[in-house]
Amino acid sequence: MKLRTRLALPLLNRIELRRGTRTALNTIEFTALVGLGALLAGFLGALTGLGGGVVIVPLLTLVFHVDIHYAIGAALVSVIATSSGAAAAYVSEGYSNVRVGMFLEIATTVGALVGAALVLRLHVSIISIIFGVVLLYSAYASITQHAHSGADGGPDRIATWLKMDSTYPTENGLEGYHVRGVPQGFGLMFVAGVLSGLLGIGSGAVKVLAMDKAMKLPFKVSTTTSNFMIGVTAAAGAGVYLARGYIDPGLAMPVMLGVLAGSLIGARILERAKVKVLRMVFSGVIAVLGVEMIYNALK
Amino acid sequence: MGKAEQRMDEIMGRLLRTGVILAAVFVLAGGGVYLARHRTPVTNYRVFQGEPEELRKVSGIFHEALALRGRGLIQLGLLILIATPIARVAFSVVAFLYQRDWTYVVVTLIVLGLLVYSLLGGHG
Repeated sequence: MKLRTRLALPLLNRIELRRGTRTALNTIEFTALVGLGALLAGFLGALTGLGGGVVIVPLLTLVFHVDIHYAIGAALVSVIATSSGAAAAYVSEGYSNVRVGMFLEIATTVGALVGAALVLRLHVSIISIIFGVVLLYSAYASITQHAHSGADGGPDRIATWLKMDSTYPTENGLEGYHVRGVPQGFGLMFVAGVLSGLLGIGSGAVKVLAMDKAMKLPFKVSTTTSNFMIGVTAAAGAGVYLARGYIDPGLAMPVMLGVLAGSLIGARILERAKVKVLRMVFSGVIAVLGVEMIYNALK
Repeated sequence: MGKAEQRMDEIMGRLLRTGVILAAVFVLAGGGVYLARHRTPVTNYRVFQGEPEELRKVSGIFHEALALRGRGLIQLGLLILIATPIARVAFSVVAFLYQRDWTYVVVTLIVLGLLVYSLLGGHG
C-alpha cells in the first residue's frame, strides 16, 4: 500500500508539472498512470465499500485534465465491471432480494436514460457541481453509516402484492422480513438512476438509502441488492454513452482494467483488514475532491 | 431457497463471471495491440470530440474488432461488459417464466426492453 502511494505521487506530480507546457505524455506513460490511479481507486473503493467509480471522474478531470464526458464514459464502464464481478460472488449467498432488485430496476433504468440524456443538455459546470455535492454526501453517508436494525414494520399492501417479503441468512438461521415504503423507494431509485446516468457512478449510497431507510430492508440485504442493481443501472447509461461517443477505448481500457484488478485485490484482503481508519481517510479524500470539483466549476 | 432457485443463482453467478472475464480478455488484448501501434503523443482528451461513428455502433465495433484494430477490440470488450448485466436480466425472464411468476415476467421484460433500447442507440 505504502509503496504504491509512494510510487504514484511523484508520477502524478509530474503530470501536474507538465500542465500548461507543450510536452505531452506519450500514450504508454499516460495509460500506465491512469491504470495505476484506477487500480488504487478500485482497491480503496472495495476495501471501504465506497466503490471505486466515484473517485475516477475527479481523478481524470482534476489530475489528468480529461474532458468530463470522456471521464464519465470510462468511469461508468468500470462500475459495470466491479458490480458484475462482486455480484457473481455474492449472488448465491442468499442475501440479495431479486424481486425487490428487479422491480426497482424499472426506476433506475428509466432514471439512467434520463440522466444520460441530461448530460447533453446541462453545462459542464452544473454537472461538476452536482458531482461535488454527491461526493460530499457519499463521504458524509459513509462516516455516519451504522448497521440499522429497525423493528419490522409488518406487512405492507403493495409489497405483499409484489411478493417482496423474503428471508435472509443470520446467525440464528433464516430470518424473515417485511418490505415497506415501495413508492418512496421507487422514487429514490429513480433519483439514483438519474445520478448514475448523469455522473457515470454506481450511486450505491442512494440505492442503500432507498432500501435501508425507506423500504426497511435489513442492512446486509440492502447492500447486496444494491450491488446486484448497480450493473444493470450502469448498463442502461453506458448504452447511451456508447452511442453518443463518450466511451473512448484508449481511456476506458486502463480505467476498466485498473479498477477491476484493484477491486478484486481489495475484496480479497477485505476480511483481514481493519477498514475503519481507512474508511475515514478515504471519505476525507472524497470530500476534498467534492470541494475541488465545486471550486473548479465556480472558478 | 428451493433447489431450482439455487441452481438458477449458480448459473447467474457463472454467467456474470464469464462475461467479466471475457470482456477483460478482449480489452487486454486490444490494449496490447493499441499500445504497440500507437506510439504517438497521447490523444487529446481535454476537448470533447466524440468517438468516430465506427466505434459507436454495435455493427461498426464488430467490423473494427474483426479487422484486429486495437481500439475496435477494446470497444468489443466493453460491449461484452455492457451486455453482461443485460444477459443477466434476460436470464431472469426465463427464471421467472420457469416459476410461473407472471408479474415478474412482465417486470423483467420492461427492464430488458429499456436496456435493449438504450444499447441500440436510445435517443432518449
